[in-house]
Amino acid sequence: MRDIDVSVITDAIEKMCINANRHLPQDMQAGIKACRACEDGPIACTILDQIIDNFQTADKENVPICQDTGMACIFLEVGQEVHFTGGALYDAVNEGVRRGYTKGYLRKSVEADPIRRGNTGDNTPAMITVDIVPGDKVKITVAPKGFGSENMSALRMFKPSAGLQGIKDFILETVEKAGPNPCPPIVVGVGIGGNFDHVALAAKKALLRPIDSHNPDPYYAALEDEMLEKINELGIGPQGFGGRTTAVGVNIETLPTHIAGMPCAVNISCHVTRHETEVI
Amino acid sequence: MAEELRRVQLPLTPELARTLHMGDNVLLTGTIYTARDAAHERMTENLAKGIPLPFDPMNATIYYVGPTPAEPGKVIGSAGPTTAGRMDKWAPEMISLGARGMIGKGARQPSVVDAMKKYSGVYFGAIGGAGALLAKHIKKCKLIAYEDLGPEAIRELYVEDFPVTVIIDSEGNDLYKSGRAEYLKLHEENQKA
Repeated sequence: MRDIDVSVITDAIEKMCINANRHLPQDMQAGIKACRACEDGPIACTILDQIIDNFQTADKENVPICQDTGMACIFLEVGQEVHFTGGALYDAVNEGVRRGYTKGYLRKSVEADPIRRGNTGDNTPAMITVDIVPGDKVKITVAPKGFGSENMSALRMFKPSAGLQGIKDFILETVEKAGPNPCPPIVVGVGIGGNFDHVALAAKKALLRPIDSHNPDPYYAALEDEMLEKINELGIGPQGFGGRTTAVGVNIETLPTHIAGMPCAVNISCHVTRHETEVI
Repeated sequence: MAEELRRVQLPLTPELARTLHMGDNVLLTGTIYTARDAAHERMTENLAKGIPLPFDPMNATIYYVGPTPAEPGKVIGSAGPTTAGRMDKWAPEMISLGARGMIGKGARQPSVVDAMKKYSGVYFGAIGGAGALLAKHIKKCKLIAYEDLGPEAIRELYVEDFPVTVIIDSEGNDLYKSGRAEYLKLHEENQKA
């Protein structure tokens, strides 16, 4: 058993909220630059140059890359040998978000009630996902997620007869419908399998994977490449003004599912796809 | 489509608006107002009760933005556009009152485009997600209404050479449709060559 004081979690999350919003991950930076190098649309090249200029400016001047500093999506992989002390874990996570968003001059974008609205004023509560894993470490990932792209995401409960083609069509249809709204070039997180709730989480977790990585199963790795190519044949382009670069990456995560179903969730993310990870 | 940048001094009169065409890259200078969903809802509810808007809508330009808070010594935080389509419910009424300029990103409904054609409206696109760069062109920022809405409060901004592209012009031409079609044609020609 390893004791971890929850104040350690609070401190880490505070710092990670600020850093994730100011410094675009290296995989995204490299991915966007690689897209710029093979872009053949003239307007698209200009837009990509400005997008690169923007994340470099944010990096250098230590300011938020985008004004939508998102809902704080917090993923914790907690080793089963860990014993948290000093308070409630979820309170500690929210305190880290509260401090990070306040001290880091990040936007407070969370409404207390979905219909009656009302800003909570400190960007809490965070969207917290906890997985229990072997070991005595805690892996924390902070992924601020904007809603321009979140709003363009979709979930469908396919029947098995829809097959692979049904999944491919749904991914393309979702990207097509999203058009210019989610700030392309986008990252496409796809979840396939599981059930209604777990498939959405799989799609979200797909967005946490570096865009230069592949699904370990060669079948799905090939599907990731194929879908990226197909999406980039749509011609939507950066900001939707036309161009090759509609997506910088497609990540697919799968789960075993029921004999009667084949759920699929497509979680769209923008060119400011942020995530930062630390192991305690 | 014009390749060079054109400087435009606000306010956006109908005459000026009609000289702006789809695809024009424009640098805006002058006063603009921020408003998102919550502010639009409150403004139109107030109008129905006979309460005037917090700013004069005639020839005004509304920027769909909720900036990050300003750090000490700075005018404003990051300030890129939000998805304009969420304001489609209220935009025709705002345009009919004279607020003919809109800055945002993303597609618009036909009802908005119809109002733009009728009242000489222009929908400008700023680069979504480029909030750090765009903030550099905002020289003054004053909170003028609905402070309780936090990032969604209405702010009066003074912008200098604020870079935008005309996405939909007063004739209803739409860059999202034309730009994509033009690219796909060019791409096809490149493939053949």
